[in-house]
Amino acid sequence: MQLNPWALAGIVLVAVVTFYLGHRSSRSATSTHDFLVARRTVRSRRNAAAISGEYLSAASFLGIAGIVLKDGADALWFPIGFTAGYLALMLFVAAPLRRSGAYTLPDFLEARLGSKTLRRFATAFVVFIGVLYMVPQLQGAGLTLATIFPVPGWSGAVAVMVLVAFNVIAGGMRAITVVQAFQYWLKLFAIAAPAFVLCLVFFSGGSPGGYRSLGAPAPPAFISDTTVTVQTDVTLRVTTDTYLWAYGMTDSGPAAGPTHWTPAAAHTVSEGTKLRFLAGTPVPVVSDSVVQNSDWLHPGSGSLTDLLQTYSLMFATFLGTMGLPHVLVRFYTNPDGKAARRTTVHVLLLLGLFYLFPTLLGALSRMYVPELLVTGKTDAAILRLPTAILPGVAGQILTAVVAAGAFAAFLSSTSGLLVSVAGVVSTDLLPGRVRDFRVATGLVALAPIALAVSLRPEDISLSIGLTFALAASTFCPLLVLGIWWRKLSWPGALAGMMVGGGLVLTALVVNVVSGYTGGWAPWFVNQPALITVPVAFVTTYLVSRVTGYGRPDHVHDIMLRLHAPDPLGFMRDRAVARFGQAEEKTRLAVRGRHRK
Amino acid sequence: MTEDYYLRRANGVREPDPTLGKKPRLPQPTEQAVVESVPAGPEPPPEPEHHTKIKRQRVVLADPKRASSSLRARVELEEQTSWGKLLVKDLVKVQLRTALLFSVLVIAVFGALPVLFYLLPGFAALTLAGIPIPWLILGVAPFPFLFGVGLWYNMLAERHERDFVDMIEN
Repeated sequence: MQLNPWALAGIVLVAVVTFYLGHRSSRSATSTHDFLVARRTVRSRRNAAAISGEYLSAASFLGIAGIVLKDGADALWFPIGFTAGYLALMLFVAAPLRRSGAYTLPDFLEARLGSKTLRRFATAFVVFIGVLYMVPQLQGAGLTLATIFPVPGWSGAVAVMVLVAFNVIAGGMRAITVVQAFQYWLKLFAIAAPAFVLCLVFFSGGSPGGYRSLGAPAPPAFISDTTVTVQTDVTLRVTTDTYLWAYGMTDSGPAAGPTHWTPAAAHTVSEGTKLRFLAGTPVPVVSDSVVQNSDWLHPGSGSLTDLLQTYSLMFATFLGTMGLPHVLVRFYTNPDGKAARRTTVHVLLLLGLFYLFPTLLGALSRMYVPELLVTGKTDAAILRLPTAILPGVAGQILTAVVAAGAFAAFLSSTSGLLVSVAGVVSTDLLPGRVRDFRVATGLVALAPIALAVSLRPEDISLSIGLTFALAASTFCPLLVLGIWWRKLSWPGALAGMMVGGGLVLTALVVNVVSGYTGGWAPWFVNQPALITVPVAFVTTYLVSRVTGYGRPDHVHDIMLRLHAPDPLGFMRDRAVARFGQAEEKTRLAVRGRHRK
Repeated sequence: MTEDYYLRRANGVREPDPTLGKKPRLPQPTEQAVVESVPAGPEPPPEPEHHTKIKRQRVVLADPKRASSSLRARVELEEQTSWGKLLVKDLVKVQLRTALLFSVLVIAVFGALPVLFYLLPGFAALTLAGIPIPWLILGVAPFPFLFGVGLWYNMLAERHERDFVDMIEN
């Protein structure tokens, strides 16, 4: 790619502002309460912006447009699911979870079921989900930087992690709250502004292939003579006889000149091969995406398998959101249960506003950057679109805005995940002092970096889908049943978590193996939630029925605390004896010496 | 909208933190008495030229009536009398029923769409002003719908809690 100085400036600006905001708010962070839950004093509107900022990750910012480009109308279920997950969270979890007074997800489970064993397993799953979620963020950062500057893929990942870890070590949750809230608005601007400008250009200038070309029963076509360099081995399909020039290795041996592809078979192209197409040539697409524009435009035009996969995706995203540790930990920062509920209403508004735009940009990129379908790197769609529509400086500036937004997405999601995982590690495995939190942050930061550099960069949205499935199959049954069902026992909870989590992990392994050996896995390996979530619920229920001894003695007290309205004052912070009240600590600190 | 409520809490441990996101300041001690400014009484007519006069302030240490009644209710609930248990069970039941009704509504709406598109390809091909209807239904409409449902549920849930508190305190 050519060097874009504007994009460099945009990214540096975001990094500087992030660092400054984090530094400014971390000066008042002194106690464990500050680091874990920002002293539980975040107002609902700011918390909503912070939650949305943290939640709109690489998968939302880049992945959705990419998957719309590839799969069309069926991909629209991703943003719906990502938003609807918060409704489920609000209906079943938000207020009681906050009233429990816990400071991490494992702590909530111990508060509800009184089992140290369960807590330890929950810790393991929180760390696993957190790391699994951080990897695509870091890989996305590498992808973005590599699209803009000629740097190796790992440098973006390392840069993001270093910046985030610095902020988190300095101020924990308190530092990142303001940063994440700022980054929500930045991301909204960074996706809305290009969408408006590009739509204006599109409607005033007309589209290259005619307005309705997306509805035609044909693949998209190249709008100008295009040379595509294949960066990883791909298998391509065509629907008509296609003439092209290939330089490198294809399935029919070494090629160095004009060639001809027929629709009869798929064509394998090796890494490093250059393909040249004339304007108007139908675009060959990677084998797992939708070829015909008419299929792309209409949802559910595939087989029954697609339908089931859609339902499975709905299951995973609707129920998975409430199991994501970095989302839940933000709810502990609200002052009380009512504020937690109101926060969620705001989140629904903010997310709905944002998700209007990636779809639009994904549809535009089907017309303007179809060459991404050849390389399979559809996640770069938003980054490539501005220069494809608006050549020159205007396009470069828009690219810079998008790149800055994408960078903000990586930063905010990674920081939220790092805080939640470090909080769990520092309180469960270490004594839980501020120093332990800092040590935990340093340790936790290393694992995702190592994975991001070594693993194959898959499509961002896809691995996110598996993460949601894992969260939905492990923590969702525990939270929902734990909050609303008195007879839940800790062996039941543990069994449900192990069975649900084990099934999803099996699917994950099978999926990776099948990805390396020709993609033979059936649909439910790709999107297992439709099976694993009900299985986890049923297991939890049945085992709880059998193991009545595992119920806590004072279950009525716990239910009272979870559900009694806030003005009655039953809410108690857990572990006050361990960490002290934030207010007391600061008052003691102030009394000793004069500050200011 | 939540601010006034937190500031007024007599036994509240915390209030929304004014330092967050602003320049760091010394935190206010929270157990200080609530100071409410009182508007001038009706007897002295308001005289705009006397601005330098110090305003009267009323210092409220605690609201005795509210505190005692909510304390009694708390004890009742905390001691787990059969009446208290029944009340809490009732509240949980009402809240759960509301949540389930709303989730059934949302699942019915979203669950029907894929089947609809699958069984009726003709419907999926309709367009409105050049934009296919499925794209409007899936790409735009869900977000206001979800927000509306969330707002509605929030209203109901808060009303149930208010009713519960009112019932306890009377």
